[in-house]
Amino acid sequence: MLALVVNPVAGVGGPAGLAGSDGAAVQVEAAERGARPQAGERARVALEVVAAHLRRSSSADGVDASRDRARVAGRPGTALRAASTGRLPVVLTAAGAMGEDAVRAAGLEPRVVYRPSVADHATSAAATTAADTTAAVRALVDAGATLVLFAGGDGTARDVAAGLSEAGRGTATGSSADGRNGSGGTSVPHADVVVDDSGMSPRSSYRASVPTAWGGRPGAVAVAALGIPAGVKMYSPVFAVSPRAAGALAAAWSAASGSDGALPVQEREVLDIDEAAMRRARVEPRLYGTMPVPYRAGRTQSRKAATPVTEQAAVAGAARGAAMAMRPGIRYLLGPGGTMAELARELGVAKTPLGVDVVLDGRVVRAGASEHELVDEISRGPAKAVVSVIGGQGFLLGRGNQQLSARVLRLLDDDPLMVVAPEQKLIDLGGRPLLVDTGDPLVDARLAGFARVITGPSTTSLYPVHAPDAEPSEP
Amino acid sequence: MTLPIAPKPALRRFHQASWDEPVIFELSTPGERGVLVTPIEPGVRDAVGDVVSDLPAGLRRDVPPALPEMGQQRVLKHYLRLSQENLGADLNVDIGQGTCTMKYSPKINDQLIGVPQLTAMHPLQDPADAQGVLEITWNLERMLAEISGMDEVSLHTQGGSAAIWANVAMIRAYHEANGEGEQRREVITTIFSHPSNAAAAKAAGYDVITIFPDAEGYPDLAALKAALSPRTAAIMVTNPEDTGIYNPAIREWVDAAHRVGALASYDQANANGILGITRARDAGFDVCHFNLHKTFSTPHACGGPGAGANAVSAALAPFLPGPRVVREVDASGEVRFDVREAGPQSIGAVAPFHGVVPNIVRAYSWIMALGAEGLLAAAEIAVLNNNYLLKKVTDIPGASAPYAEGRRRIEQVRYSWQELFEETGISSEEIGVRLSDFGMHYWTSHHPYVVPQPFTLEPTESYSMAEIDEYVAALAEVAREARETPEVVRTAPHNQTVHHTHHDDLDDPERWAITWRAYRRKYFGESPARRAAQRLESTAATASESAA
Ligand SMILES: Cc1ncc(COP(=O)(O)O)c(C=O)c1O
Repeated sequence: MLALVVNPVAGVGGPAGLAGSDGAAVQVEAAERGARPQAGERARVALEVVAAHLRRSSSADGVDASRDRARVAGRPGTALRAASTGRLPVVLTAAGAMGEDAVRAAGLEPRVVYRPSVADHATSAAATTAADTTAAVRALVDAGATLVLFAGGDGTARDVAAGLSEAGRGTATGSSADGRNGSGGTSVPHADVVVDDSGMSPRSSYRASVPTAWGGRPGAVAVAALGIPAGVKMYSPVFAVSPRAAGALAAAWSAASGSDGALPVQEREVLDIDEAAMRRARVEPRLYGTMPVPYRAGRTQSRKAATPVTEQAAVAGAARGAAMAMRPGIRYLLGPGGTMAELARELGVAKTPLGVDVVLDGRVVRAGASEHELVDEISRGPAKAVVSVIGGQGFLLGRGNQQLSARVLRLLDDDPLMVVAPEQKLIDLGGRPLLVDTGDPLVDARLAGFARVITGPSTTSLYPVHAPDAEPSEP
Repeated sequence: MTLPIAPKPALRRFHQASWDEPVIFELSTPGERGVLVTPIEPGVRDAVGDVVSDLPAGLRRDVPPALPEMGQQRVLKHYLRLSQENLGADLNVDIGQGTCTMKYSPKINDQLIGVPQLTAMHPLQDPADAQGVLEITWNLERMLAEISGMDEVSLHTQGGSAAIWANVAMIRAYHEANGEGEQRREVITTIFSHPSNAAAAKAAGYDVITIFPDAEGYPDLAALKAALSPRTAAIMVTNPEDTGIYNPAIREWVDAAHRVGALASYDQANANGILGITRARDAGFDVCHFNLHKTFSTPHACGGPGAGANAVSAALAPFLPGPRVVREVDASGEVRFDVREAGPQSIGAVAPFHGVVPNIVRAYSWIMALGAEGLLAAAEIAVLNNNYLLKKVTDIPGASAPYAEGRRRIEQVRYSWQELFEETGISSEEIGVRLSDFGMHYWTSHHPYVVPQPFTLEPTESYSMAEIDEYVAALAEVAREARETPEVVRTAPHNQTVHHTHHDDLDDPERWAITWRAYRRKYFGESPARRAAQRLESTAATASESAA
């Protein structure tokens, strides 16, 4: 069943130029600068697409479609994903500005399963808190939601991930439920979380222990979530590209779950940026958890080329390419993140999720090494740092793998880096270069130029690397 | 007297025929026949004996094949109906399949290959009886040498990718002959080159390095220079690239490759915009290939028969694939054509025989009909058509042509619907499906999608302004629908024989079934052995019936 939760204050910091909306002080300041909340409005736009779809499929579908359906009925393997008819357009949601209003405005029937703790929720939107989002998601799941649409930004995504996790349906390292709605960002411990580097989620305990049954096979039980973009920061790949696109995907979800299959889902990571740090001009995306997000495989009719491999297979391919490129007698300093975890799996060694592990001749010789220990390892023989592309920013160094410091890199030879990433990661940079920021302009300058990124077995891409801090500053 | 002529509707009201025609295997009626073969006369049978048992055991079937049993008229109807449930090149404004160069293949060329002098030929025929077709093949080789500027040509390969494979195989053989086979392990390509270049290089055992475009969308020369080394065996590039952008520094690319001892290989499958304007040799290339089934107007025919042509400099000529046609002049001055097996240094045969004769004759005829000026005119009109189309398409709100801002393109353009997608959530694939409701083809892009929400159009020289306008009007209409009635687009096609198809089944080896037998096995659990046994039984029954 479809569910909606809205973070009423999401996005208020954007137009106000505050680089995010986390924290009560920012929200108050935004309000003072005249910011208007827009998340509810965006949720309405998304739901209108869903409403149009439900109306269309519950009215007579037309002779052609029913005929087609009859025709394929006797032919397995060609089954239509037709919208099932007769379903009531009911959407599970939270009270007032947290969803109910948007559901109603879109012409659908809200079923409220959660009320925010503050009494006057409808008029004082800013008074809802991150804890409300988390609790609402839990209530929606308990009420039978199979797809939770949420309107907000990265902070909201964290809270939703926390709610799914509490309901036993996702992973999160803790919600931002330490302040007002939209990720407090002030007191969440940042030190103990994995930095995203791959576009793929790291293997979570949830995925390892619960055999999910996604991908159109019968018996699917998990709950998926999808973001309606309404925040300022949206680094997490859990958002649709637009509210309408979110609506279209949700409509497809409803249609598919009414027939013989479900849309495929992918475990995607929830990233957020420490806004306080960002206001000081540092961008440090961190991983807060993962959630299953539906996506729609295209309906391409002209298959001149094969369909692209899945993200998962692409990461595995890149990891295999890296493993094949490794030589005996060299110490490989494996950085943190999903691609490196896949590489460790390919090598058959254990990986410290957040740390740098030193691998020599197929064995880990030092796990979770500190900068000091890395220096020691390098003194014992030839070594190379193995890194991937971090988040959508394109950082190779300086974001989350600080153990691979300027000092460490200075000790490596002329070709200090082995860069590993699926090709799509480079394409997703949209022409922007890869970045290095070790804190030492000379080291950065040496790394700038072109990197040979390993994208698969025997395949590499040559991609430009910039060192923003090494470039001559303007006079 | 002038007849009133109805004005053409701006948007065609198209609907595809729908016959609800079963799969041909479902039409089988046991005992029904298309041709009744006369019984063998006793005298003949006695003289010839049992021909079947003369065949080697390995060529004899134990069980008759599971062919549908049908009368001729029913077979004819079946295929006519299927053909109506299709969008053939001769039916639609076929400019939507960019990179495929869907130009008109003149019917007279089909008539030429339908003459008995050709249809009754066999590739193993004594060359003495095949002088005409061998001469045509040899002449076409010379014409393509002229068009590319290269020294020697082989028409041996049967498709573009096969020709690319031959290119990389020649490169490998060349370096091996020079003792550098071990040292040169890398091939460099660009991400907007046809992916068969990377694929062929990899299949030949090379490490492949892909260059991303620079900020302007041009192949990045600085990146190339960073990638080149004594390990480089070759650069293998398409030009113009899939974006329709011609690499203005192509000579520098080739020179840079040569400086490190690498060869330069040119994928000229998309030569339609540069015929008579620039030649592979003029940019310094060592090897190139053409697709006769694109630039030279031979039909693509559902993926075959294609025909490739490999053209090389004299240094690479000994490595050309074969067998090939040779021209000999004897002492008396008499000219004779022969078919010669590949030489000792050749990469050998990539396919059987010396070329796809029907396509060789069609291409030859096409070039002869146009002449040198005609080829140039074809290229110029193709480029003109493309830039007219570029202007019209980029005038549609939501459509754009990323890269090389404000510059013109050669023969095709890779466009983007990203803006429209962000606004409406309607993807390029959905637009393509909806466009078929107007009776037209549409193609997105090779993977990976470097241009977001891509579509690739190539109008060639064959289409009139009116037809290009019709195509653009349909595109603009679908873009309007994406904004105003997105459900119409999302649930398309509406005017096609088949409604939605989902290709999940095509992505899953457990579920895909590309033959009738695989379909029966995967969906009905039929095992081939059991079916064979049943067939044997029923054959025996029929035999005893007819004996009775
Ligand atoms: C530039 C280019 N090279 C090579 C090919 C491959 O040709 P074929 O399809 O005959 O294998 C194509 C065809 O799409 C092409 O566009």
